[in-house]
Amino acid sequence: MSVIRAENIGFTYGNGTSLEKTALDDVSFEINEGELVGIIGHTGSGKSTLVQLLNGLLRPMVGKIYLNGRNIWEKPKKIREIRFKVGMVFQYPEYQLFEETVYKDIAFGPNNMGLDKEEIDRRVHSAAEFTGIAENLLECSPFELSGGEKRRAAIAGVIAMDPDVLILDEPTAGLDPLGRDTLLCRIENYHKIRNNTVLLVSHSMEDIARIADRILVMSHGKKLMFDTTKNVFSKGRELEKSGLRVPQITKIMQILKNEGFDVDPTVLTVDQGLNEILSALRHTSEKIL
Amino acid sequence: MVRDITLGQYVPEKSLIHRMDARVKILLLLMVLVFIFACRNFVSLTAISLFSIIIILMTKISFIKYLKSLKAIFVIIIFTGIINLFSGSGDSLWQWQFLKITWGGINNAIFITVRISVMMMVSSVLTYTTSPTDLTDGLERIMSPLKLIHVKVHEIAMIMTIALRFIPVLLEETDKVMNAQKARGSDMENGNVFRRVRALVPVLIPMLVSSFRRAGDLAMAMECRCYNGGKGRTRMKVMHLSLTDLIAVIVSFLIFGAVIYLNAVYPAVI
Repeated sequence: MSVIRAENIGFTYGNGTSLEKTALDDVSFEINEGELVGIIGHTGSGKSTLVQLLNGLLRPMVGKIYLNGRNIWEKPKKIREIRFKVGMVFQYPEYQLFEETVYKDIAFGPNNMGLDKEEIDRRVHSAAEFTGIAENLLECSPFELSGGEKRRAAIAGVIAMDPDVLILDEPTAGLDPLGRDTLLCRIENYHKIRNNTVLLVSHSMEDIARIADRILVMSHGKKLMFDTTKNVFSKGRELEKSGLRVPQITKIMQILKNEGFDVDPTVLTVDQGLNEILSALRHTSEKIL
Repeated sequence: MVRDITLGQYVPEKSLIHRMDARVKILLLLMVLVFIFACRNFVSLTAISLFSIIIILMTKISFIKYLKSLKAIFVIIIFTGIINLFSGSGDSLWQWQFLKITWGGINNAIFITVRISVMMMVSSVLTYTTSPTDLTDGLERIMSPLKLIHVKVHEIAMIMTIALRFIPVLLEETDKVMNAQKARGSDMENGNVFRRVRALVPVLIPMLVSSFRRAGDLAMAMECRCYNGGKGRTRMKVMHLSLTDLIAVIVSFLIFGAVIYLNAVYPAVI
């Protein structure tokens, strides 16, 4: 069953002024429950606008967005409830921290939902666990944390609302390789355990290749492709035309294939690639012997 | 949304007024304002008003934009107009209890209304035709004699320039933080004033923190480029007085002379 369905949505900034700029044009897609969808596109392709439309921060000028089969703008007064169901983590979310303690900051969303104390407490602890915030950090000021911890605390603040759909806009930007790996693992883990729908916007093809089931490719405000990760990355040429590329390992495998090696050119991670190359080498050495 | 607020009022055009030196514009504007207030009768007021309107037309910016600048002080204009209308002395034309309208009152009301409107519109010429950086540079140069009494003129000007430069940046960031908090269900559009002010706290604290961080970064970046205050600092764009400025000064002084003359020749009405 589809959890989010977008029908011909369009959005224009600065409508009616000289600075008018079309950010989205006639985009339609369906996202199924429990999917992990990657959204990629060059800078200014409309990714950020798209995700803000999905949780009701922006209102589409044309078209409709359905959440669990209901038009999210059916009752504009109730748009807050949509925002609780579609949790949105913005770029550099650590700049939104404001409370005295990490605990209170994570509890800000659930508090706004009007939940009772025990439920809030349960959610804060479970969100902190998912994002790897140690118990003893909960009583610290968020401004005392390290960069990576701040980022995870901010993400915990959104997860604590227990949204049906979690949207992350460039969650790994500006983190060191270890912080990046940890965060991606946490997201993957969250997705597996809660079996929620997750949308991940990223510029890193490697990140997307590693965890996404399907990929939505945006280009100049339009949907370019929406297909399984393997299928999208097998169309390297088309991706390169819109300023993107395939993961490095996929590119290497494609080149090896063209050079006549017997490898799978749709490999997405380095580990898979290693296995493919090793088995191909084994084959060739057997032939020689 | 926040980003819709127009910032600074500078309207880039190619006109003589735009090309004038900022210092000359600031000083002449001050004098024009003084002379608008020095007018004692309708003849001199008409003269300086016509002069102001000619300047306004010379800027090549639509007259409607100048009229819109009056919107901000519309209430003040109406209020002073009405007060003056009822406070004239002489034979009453119309009376209701203590309120009476006289010819003197009507005269005063028209005079004051014209005076304030022209004053406001001619002030807009300065902000519309001078970029904020030129304006602060001009102010710095005009105030430089104050250095003798240890006023930190350069520092004040630098603070103004930096403040102006960072307004758009901060606005954009406010927008982002507001969206992030809205996504966590903070409600800034509904509820009474008290609740709305409380809803601003989650926006103001992150903004305060990031402003300090930004200020620290900026100070570091400036020091890395060897900034150490105004001493011995030269400019990329040195201000020059041109022929245009000279002509502007001469014409303005002729008009000021005319105002003094007309004030003396015709009887004062105010």
